[in-house]
Parts: sequence; structure tokens; C-alpha cells
Amino acid sequence: MTGYEGADLAIALINVILLGLLFVVAIAIARMRSLFAIVMLSGIYSLISATWFVALDAVDVAFTEAAVGAGISTALLLGAMLLTSRTAKPEKKASSIVPLLAVIATGCMLVYATIDLPAFGDPESPANTYVGTDYIQRTPGDIGVPNIVTAVLASYRGFDTLGEVGVVFSAALAVILLLGFGERSLSATIGRKKKGDR
Amino acid sequence: MSQKTDHHVILRVVAKPLIPIIALFAFYVQFHGDYSPGGGFQAGVIFAVAVILYALIFGISPAMRAVPPVFTRSLAAIGFLLYGGVGVWALLMGGNFLDYDALFNEPPGGHDGQHYGILLIELGVLLAVAGSMLSIFYAFAGRVTEIKDEDW
Repeated sequence: MTGYEGADLAIALINVILLGLLFVVAIAIARMRSLFAIVMLSGIYSLISATWFVALDAVDVAFTEAAVGAGISTALLLGAMLLTSRTAKPEKKASSIVPLLAVIATGCMLVYATIDLPAFGDPESPANTYVGTDYIQRTPGDIGVPNIVTAVLASYRGFDTLGEVGVVFSAALAVILLLGFGERSLSATIGRKKKGDR
Repeated sequence: MSQKTDHHVILRVVAKPLIPIIALFAFYVQFHGDYSPGGGFQAGVIFAVAVILYALIFGISPAMRAVPPVFTRSLAAIGFLLYGGVGVWALLMGGNFLDYDALFNEPPGGHDGQHYGILLIELGVLLAVAGSMLSIFYAFAGRVTEIKDEDW
């Protein structure tokens, strides 16, 4: 990437530190019982993975992870936590050995599967050889937008993005149908005069 | 929340100047999306987070007075309709659905249709995502009044 001596070592060090932090946070989440601390730690987990995505040059993904994972889902989990109790039930000791084995087996399979993956930044990898190069070559002439990610998201794949917006909209609709708008219970609590909009 | 038992005064003082900056940053992410990372999804979420931060710190009912729930759910629907409307506009101009080149019937090589099409659908994404996220948050948070002090 750069011509500096030791640049690869520095990048590897950053990756190891970030992945180590992710591992520690994940273990802490698994061992904790206080739901408030778990919600906060899951926000931290998202923020660290966003940092790691920046280290992998996936800036758009990192941005989304930071905004959605660390921002909105922390706030929504906090809101959901307030509706339930504050601590998780302690689980029985004997039942934790089977899930541990299942997790270790899945982890081994995933590590085995990564052996087949192309190396990071490999110019011969499928992501860099088929439509990816096409988009890069055609965007200046077709769309005229400097950010190729925006061109792909909004123009070439406009249908997909319409579907994504539909998913977000119908998620909000489903939550409203299940929980109500949130105004009525609030006005019952604080005795505010309810506006007759339904 | 009664102002008499206000232990969160530092939190309030710090959050108050941050909220407008967060909202402004959302619009920067939105309108600079053609040139830098970001776009409607991220901008919508960041804008929603600004309102949610206000609701978490100053209480849910002041937030509902500032940004009413009826406004957020109409915003979600308007955003989705705006996105679909651009597609229908392209259909009416004789192109395919969401084919921005057809929007202004430009000669080949012109990029105005692409520019304005992307701008409009990103605006639709912003409105739909911000409105949906705030509606979801209100649906959850409207059922309880406050985070109690012992939860912090």
C-alpha cells in the first residue's frame, strides 16, 4: 500500500489490537448480567468494528456501522430494556457446555472456510474482476458522480435501495402496529391532553 | 421530569450544544454524499439520533412536543413516496422505472437527470429513514416516561 518500511507490520498490529478489543468486549457481553451494561458494551462493540472497517478501507460500511450499530440500535435497545427487567436471569451451569461446544465447532468451520477466501486486496479476487471494474470504468461517463458507492447505490442499484427503504418503512409500520404510536400511553402517564388524530 | 432533582446537569450542558451539531452533520452527510462516504441512510440515522439524544436527556415529552410523532410517521411515508415518485416521474417521461436519464429528456452524455434523480431519492431515503427510526423510538419510549436514576 505504501512504500514505508514496516507499514505492513503497523497495519497488522492495528488489526490485531482492534480484533483483540472486539474479542474482549464480546466475552464481557457474554458474561455480564446487567442489561444496561450489555447495551452500552454492544454500542462499544459496533464502534470498534466500525474502526476496524476503516482500517480495511471500507469507509461507507464503517460509517453505516457507526451510525446504525452504535447510534440507533443502542438507543432502541435502551428503550426496549426499559420495558423489561434490568438484569438477565442467571442460567444453569450444566447447560452452558453444549452451547460452548457448538460455538467452538462453528468457529473452527468458519476459520477453515477462510482458507479458501482470496487475500485482502487481491486484484484477482471475484469482487475486483467482474462487475466491480465495470462500475469503476463506467461511472464517470454514465453518472458523473465522484463517489462510486453513491452511484452504485442510488443509480445502478436504485431498485435495491427502494426495497431497502421499503424494509425500513415497513419495520416502523410493524412496530407501530404492535406497540402503538407511543403517544397514548405517554399522555395517560403524564395526563397531557391528547390530540384527536385517530 | 421535575427540575428539582437534576443530577444530570453536566450531561445536559454537554448535550445541548452537541445536538444542533449532530443535526447539522446529518445534513452535511446527506448533501455531500456525492463526493464523500455517506448518503441518505446514514444522514437519516444521524438526524434521528440527534432527536433521540434530546429525548434521552431532556425527557420524552419535550422531544414529542419538538418533533411530534404524527410528524415523524408522515415523514416516513412522504420519504418513501418521494423515492417511488421519482421512479414514476421517469416512467411518465418515457423511460424505465427509476431511469434518471429520462427525467429531463436530455441528449446522451448529459448528467443533470442523474444528479437530480440521485439528489431526490437520497432526500427520500433521508426522510423515510429518519421518520421510521423516530417512529420506532417513540413507539418504544412512549411506553415509559424516563430512564430512572438507578439505571444510569
